[in-house]
Amino acid sequence: MLQNLLFGKLTLDAIPFDNPIIMGIGLPVMVIFALGFIIPVTYKKKWKYLWKEWITTVDHKKIGIMYIILAFVMLLRGFVDALMMRSQQALSVGDSMGYLPAHHFAEIFSAHGVIMIFFMAMPFMFGLLNLAVPLQIGTRDVAFPYLNSLSFWLTVAGALLVNISLVIGQFEAAGWLAYPPLSELAYSPGVGVDYYIWALQIAGVGSLLSGINFLVTILKLRCPGMTLFKMPIFTWTGLCASVLVILAFPILTVTLGLLFMDRYFGMHFFTAAAGGNAMMYVNLIWAWGHPEVYILILPAFGVFSEVTATFCKKTLFGYTSMVWATIAITFLSFIVWLHHFFTMGAGADVNAFFGIATMIIAVPTGVKIFNWLFTMYRGRIQFTTPMLYTIGFLVTFAVGGMTGVLMSIPGVDFQIHNSVFLVAHFHNVIIGGVVFGYFAGFIYWFPKAFGFKLNEKIGKWAFWFWLIGFYVAFMPLYVLGLKGMTRRLYHYSAATGWHPWLIVASMGSLIILIAVCLQILQVIVSIKNRNLPAYKDVTGDPWDARTLEWSTSSIPPFYNFAIIPQVEHRDDFWRKKQEIKAGHKPPAPEYKDIHMPRNTATGFIIAVFAGIFGFGMVWNIMWLVCLGIVGIFASVIIRSFDSNTDYYVTVDEIKKIEAEFLHGEVL
Amino acid sequence: MTTEILTAHAEGDESSTDVFGFWLYIMSDCILFSCLFATFIVLRHNTFGGVGMREITNLPYVFKETLFLLASSFTFGMAILSMYKNHQSRVIGWLIVTFLLGLSFVTMEVNEFANLISEGHGPQTSGAMSAFFTLVGTHGLHVSLGLFWMLVLIIQTAIFKLNPTIRRRLTYLGLFWAFLDIVWIFVFTIVYLMGVA
Repeated sequence: MLQNLLFGKLTLDAIPFDNPIIMGIGLPVMVIFALGFIIPVTYKKKWKYLWKEWITTVDHKKIGIMYIILAFVMLLRGFVDALMMRSQQALSVGDSMGYLPAHHFAEIFSAHGVIMIFFMAMPFMFGLLNLAVPLQIGTRDVAFPYLNSLSFWLTVAGALLVNISLVIGQFEAAGWLAYPPLSELAYSPGVGVDYYIWALQIAGVGSLLSGINFLVTILKLRCPGMTLFKMPIFTWTGLCASVLVILAFPILTVTLGLLFMDRYFGMHFFTAAAGGNAMMYVNLIWAWGHPEVYILILPAFGVFSEVTATFCKKTLFGYTSMVWATIAITFLSFIVWLHHFFTMGAGADVNAFFGIATMIIAVPTGVKIFNWLFTMYRGRIQFTTPMLYTIGFLVTFAVGGMTGVLMSIPGVDFQIHNSVFLVAHFHNVIIGGVVFGYFAGFIYWFPKAFGFKLNEKIGKWAFWFWLIGFYVAFMPLYVLGLKGMTRRLYHYSAATGWHPWLIVASMGSLIILIAVCLQILQVIVSIKNRNLPAYKDVTGDPWDARTLEWSTSSIPPFYNFAIIPQVEHRDDFWRKKQEIKAGHKPPAPEYKDIHMPRNTATGFIIAVFAGIFGFGMVWNIMWLVCLGIVGIFASVIIRSFDSNTDYYVTVDEIKKIEAEFLHGEVL
Repeated sequence: MTTEILTAHAEGDESSTDVFGFWLYIMSDCILFSCLFATFIVLRHNTFGGVGMREITNLPYVFKETLFLLASSFTFGMAILSMYKNHQSRVIGWLIVTFLLGLSFVTMEVNEFANLISEGHGPQTSGAMSAFFTLVGTHGLHVSLGLFWMLVLIIQTAIFKLNPTIRRRLTYLGLFWAFLDIVWIFVFTIVYLMGVA
């Protein structure tokens, strides 16, 4: 009784002592990671600095950096899951059962999908938006800096819940979207699905608030003269992605909420009995899930647009058509969700509608591809790493897009539904599109965030290993899919003839492993050499680029721009540079006091309570749940009594800071 | 969480930026309710041999409930008008009246739910009842959170007087309250009226 009150369902049995992979490898690696962070910070007495400058910060640039660090850490975690799946499938044929039990394999493929989409791609996207968008539109911060900090920390709380599930309890084993009835209590009695629900609910609130934040920022805080059709394309894609977030994430909240009602209160939304309708879940989750795909890819398209224009030294070809194509995709992304389950049996008319809608979405995407190609045509292309990723994307994404159009034909889809052909297709577009795009954006904006460039040579090696590794790992899956191999198999018969292809695929994953190691090496080498002239960016404009973020110093001062820029054209910064080259002198700056938000711990504290609440919900520990709720409400109310939330930077301070940042010396 | 939106920028009209952000939140909440409505419409006939909307709807009772909520929106409007005229005590007075009306609405709804559960028609009986309880309950939860927020704002209005921050927060709550009224109109129509039709 007392134990139940204190610990809910949680007992020592929840810790998988008998699992050598988790206890022998997973846990130690996590502990090493944690200690590798805690020990140096303690040794160098940096906790106070960390708290004042990072944890409580409301500066969008720092929040962006933290988002991207989170994304990379989770990329490693998700990638380890991928390596385990590839090696299991390469080994587990015929008499050999591989090294993973069926249930553990199921947990791994579920965790891989959840981590890569929710805790790698989403944080990476919001990280890039945070880094670039306010600078691109010439403003000093996002519309709601405190909400921005809250969004980030809620995402961290969700990510922590997923990682805790590795050691305390288990993760869900019902696939990354946790379809019922398998994810219902009757078939998934463990806490895995509960971890899934609460990790995603908490992170989802963070994403929704970020979506609102960026939409308001882009629509309301643009610098004078920057009309909508003078915005950089990356900002446009950020705008459209934010619209999608606001429209789609409430659907995810409801869907997971209803699944929770079923599991916790014994309701019958999606159960197999008592009038439940499991297909309702599948419809709802894909009504969120398909827009989610475009939430991820649109900002990647934005990155490619910036990168192509910058490194071809040309205005982007077809700016207006690029914008309208983005808007068209935003709209169309809401009317294609059913193509994820043509086999539901909705009937020929419904399937035909969604099939045709899906084919139509290829048109604006094709427009974009040609825009990038025509920008490159007769441009002076500089083959930097971001540009290589862009070219790699153009080829790879075209292949992935075409297999997508192929599957949009319901008749074809019936044959390859749930086969590894599908797995190959979506990795084709996600790695070839989203991952390459975010890597390009990361390398492109890295100097702006940190003040020095990344090593190009290692970066290019990493790119080639990524590209070749991707093709070796996933092209065999297309073949296997056509041969009838279904996804999520932990074991198969030798008579299928699949084995050689799966060995090739696992080799591909090892090539990607080399690429990931090279990327880590690239960051380490660059940090070591950051003060060398080849790395250090003293101009603020290392790529000779076109948009406003390059008009301020790298790293920008915390207020971004001492004077809010005035814009007259697209690529206004590029024109101003040409004018200066032609001998025009910009007027001497006249500073005014700058209004800035104060740092606050409230976002972090609320996220801590949200994490406590989530953990309590997973294990039915009621006092933790109450503590979490009371803590959240109390934090919000206490904050609402605080009127000292902002301050002014005086002209004298601005002059001093400007001198430091722009001339590298203090007056 | 969204009650607390920080003022951030010297440039531009802060207040309109903030209110726009709150509008977007309301739109997202609107999507949330539309999903619940869709689920209800799909599941409402899945009674699994149990009762359906026709059997459990007591229209006169729900109509009274509706009047309480509509009246509370009216009184909230009076509070906002008093705010424009800078009558602080009247603002607080109207907010208290609104609070009591809203509380009556929630009480009636809880009473309705409790009766249904005690008669054996709880949310566990069928998909239809799950959808009914969750849709109406989510609205009730929103109203309850609104009441809690109103309480905090009554106290803050008393302490801080009608300063720009308090005015902005009252505007947010007003939007939220009106939004819940509109959602209820849909609940009344789709769940109850169409349920007995």
